[in-house]
Amino acid sequence: MKALRKKVYMVAGYNTVSMGTGRKEFHPKKPRPDLEHYIKEAGQATLKMIGGAENVDEGVIGNFMASRFNKQANLPAFLPMIDEGLKYKPAISVEGACASGGLALASGIKSILAETADVVLAVGFEVQNTMKAMYGADVLAGAGWMKTRKDGHAYFFPGVFSKRAGAYYEKFGKEKTREAMAKWYCNAIENARLCETAQEFHNQNKDLEGTAKMPLNPKKFVDHLNYSDCSKVSDGASAIAIVSEEGLKKVGIDPKDAVEVVGIGQAAADITQEPENMTCLSTMKAAAAKAMEMAGITVDQIGTVEVHDCFSIAGIMGTEAIGFAEEGKGVDFVLEGHTSRCGKVPFNTTGGLIGWGHPTGATGVHQAVTIWEQLTGKAGDAQIEMKEDRPYGMTVNMGGDDKSLVVIVYKRGE
Amino acid sequence: MDLVPKMKNVSVLGAAGKMGSGILVLLSFEMAKLKIGKKSNEQFVLNAIDVSQPALVNLLGYVRSQLLKHAEKNIVELREWYADKENLVDNEDVINQFVEDVMAMIQTSTRIETTYESNLIFEAIKEDKDLKVKLFSQIKQNNPNAWFLTNTSSIPIGEIEKEAGLNGDIVGYHFYNPPVIQKLLEIIKCDNTGDELNEFSIALAKSMRKIIVPSRDVAGFIGNGHFMRDALYALNQAEKLAETEGWAKAFFMIDTISRDLLVRPMGIFQLIDYVGVDVTKFILASMQPSFPNETLSHDVLNELFDREVKGGQYADGSQKDGVFKYQKGRITHVYDFGAGKYVSKEDIEMDCAAKMGELPTLKIYWKTVVRDKNKAEYLEKFFKELHQIDSVGANLAVAYGQNSKAIGQMLVDTEVAASAEDVNTVLETGFFHAYGPINDYF
Repeated sequence: MKALRKKVYMVAGYNTVSMGTGRKEFHPKKPRPDLEHYIKEAGQATLKMIGGAENVDEGVIGNFMASRFNKQANLPAFLPMIDEGLKYKPAISVEGACASGGLALASGIKSILAETADVVLAVGFEVQNTMKAMYGADVLAGAGWMKTRKDGHAYFFPGVFSKRAGAYYEKFGKEKTREAMAKWYCNAIENARLCETAQEFHNQNKDLEGTAKMPLNPKKFVDHLNYSDCSKVSDGASAIAIVSEEGLKKVGIDPKDAVEVVGIGQAAADITQEPENMTCLSTMKAAAAKAMEMAGITVDQIGTVEVHDCFSIAGIMGTEAIGFAEEGKGVDFVLEGHTSRCGKVPFNTTGGLIGWGHPTGATGVHQAVTIWEQLTGKAGDAQIEMKEDRPYGMTVNMGGDDKSLVVIVYKRGE
Repeated sequence: MDLVPKMKNVSVLGAAGKMGSGILVLLSFEMAKLKIGKKSNEQFVLNAIDVSQPALVNLLGYVRSQLLKHAEKNIVELREWYADKENLVDNEDVINQFVEDVMAMIQTSTRIETTYESNLIFEAIKEDKDLKVKLFSQIKQNNPNAWFLTNTSSIPIGEIEKEAGLNGDIVGYHFYNPPVIQKLLEIIKCDNTGDELNEFSIALAKSMRKIIVPSRDVAGFIGNGHFMRDALYALNQAEKLAETEGWAKAFFMIDTISRDLLVRPMGIFQLIDYVGVDVTKFILASMQPSFPNETLSHDVLNELFDREVKGGQYADGSQKDGVFKYQKGRITHVYDFGAGKYVSKEDIEMDCAAKMGELPTLKIYWKTVVRDKNKAEYLEKFFKELHQIDSVGANLAVAYGQNSKAIGQMLVDTEVAASAEDVNTVLETGFFHAYGPINDYF
């Protein structure tokens, strides 16, 4: 599809805190807010900004594994819990591992295009601190093909991306790649410190580089990654309203306070197949190309990106998949500072998955909220300056090892 | 060294006790390595023996929880161990199987006869030489090839060996509390200890990743050799202070000085409470015969024992009342030995501070210093300032540090410890001190 058949906007984004290790208020043995709390907090905040539940036509909930983390299914029925006014309104839930949030956005966009709704409330959430990390790893392994679990690493996904990192080291040089990964981590934490909902907001480590460059410990963890290369275990929710032009009028919001969705690229790859090229996120590449084609833009017009850095190596390979650098040159792109907050294209301006946190099912929505904040000047201390020749924002949300992808291109509403 | 032949059948005497339960857990980890890790077809048995049946039931709960923690921590390795078990897919499957497999090797018993089948007998019963001798000699008569590894913390191994007729089949294997966590292991070879046993005991300790410090077979060895004399010194100092200040303040001040001004993790009287007034008394009594020229007892300690002011811990690890009363590990009340009752800490705190007088302006805390890279620098500054101050508190602290150093030096001079470094290792690892007693600070 060349372009969207009608205008689609996103407004009224909201992120809860990303709760987990790193937050001062987090204590693994003390009771914490439950999934009901997170869904309500995020959903109600967005409803408040769009004039209440009566303006909402439909709802969509993105979540990955509440069925195991919280033993909870039938998630559409949590939508009316947010507000009585949503009772009997259509609701669905979508799942695509860590791309569940992005799929919730895609679903909402399709409702607008299908003209079944002018205002869709999209909520993503995950509450995954219910388990210790080694058991959570079992659950998250569901984002991969279960038949490969037995031969996989105890920490399954770190194991998967460790292999990718290892292949990358071998092909393009380990030392420089580790340097770039350390830089990625430093950027993530420095950005997270500017955003009070970020899981690493309280991080006061004076030697981030030292932390990132700690020797690898394959005996206790994986061969090619450190903890600093990994996103966090998080509880959290994000919400945003997806609206048509009519919807925008209905909720009474100035288009300048909205972002317009100008391109979307979705792609899925066969989960039962190993990647053809270990050093290329080819599904991400396909989805990004589609989104930019639909938006009619080139990569040089993108001013900020929220990329799915579940692991630092995925972030670096993301810069290549989107097209900012050739394969193997993403490390240079990062090391030259282009992804830093004052660089050419600031990436993950509130910390991304490594710094802000990764409540898996919420992440895709969180990315959209962040882009909406940045393009409409609502990012507070984390605000970056958008340059005139690079007015577009992009979110890249990935499920599993480059299997389910949602890439969206945005610009500020006019 | 192949540990398997000896590790196939192991007994732990006093397995339900504080030390015995930890030793049992460590041995279960070792057996798991040999049986599951090395995929051995041999049968392994770990006998948990104790006089109390109910305590053995509780013990199994403790062991299970420790195995679970261990499995969670070592899941990367466990997945390799169970790689050929197709049905174990999730980490959770592997962890649960590991716990079941190890538990299946553990048998509980209240009968001493159970040890007759064992190649190795670990002993962690109370510090009572006659009882140890009686049990060992009975076992030896029925199981002539058994090796004994005793957790005695003070009784000379040679005496037990001789009196029980063990033909050199015994070695001192002194763990620190809690054995699962504490890295230190004092190994005490007596004159007769066989080379093979000695070699085995070191190989096993290495496999357990313990920090090994050899001690000569002199009552109290290094750890209690220092601790007991340190405690007696503290009691004497408190007694002197009590003449003018009363006992509550005396206990409190000496405890505070030994913790805050010596930068130790616990004050000396809190440590006595932790170990137990009763246990401390037993250890001293077991050391006394070896040191006829020293008085290794204290009237105040004996009197506390008689008055049932005993310290020690409840089964859940919380502290019983002793010299102090505690709430969540913090001192709330102090025993006034003269009046025979507890007084609130708050009521005496200010007076004690006033009495101690000027203290170093540089505040350093054990908790932060102990892991700091620049530890030596901080300590040097702090103790330098301490020496320059002429106040009751500072003078007591300096004298205390000097006495601790003298004890350490005596242990080296009398060859209980092979070196100053060994003494310092024991105090730094076994007692978590931030610095060893033999130092340039005092």
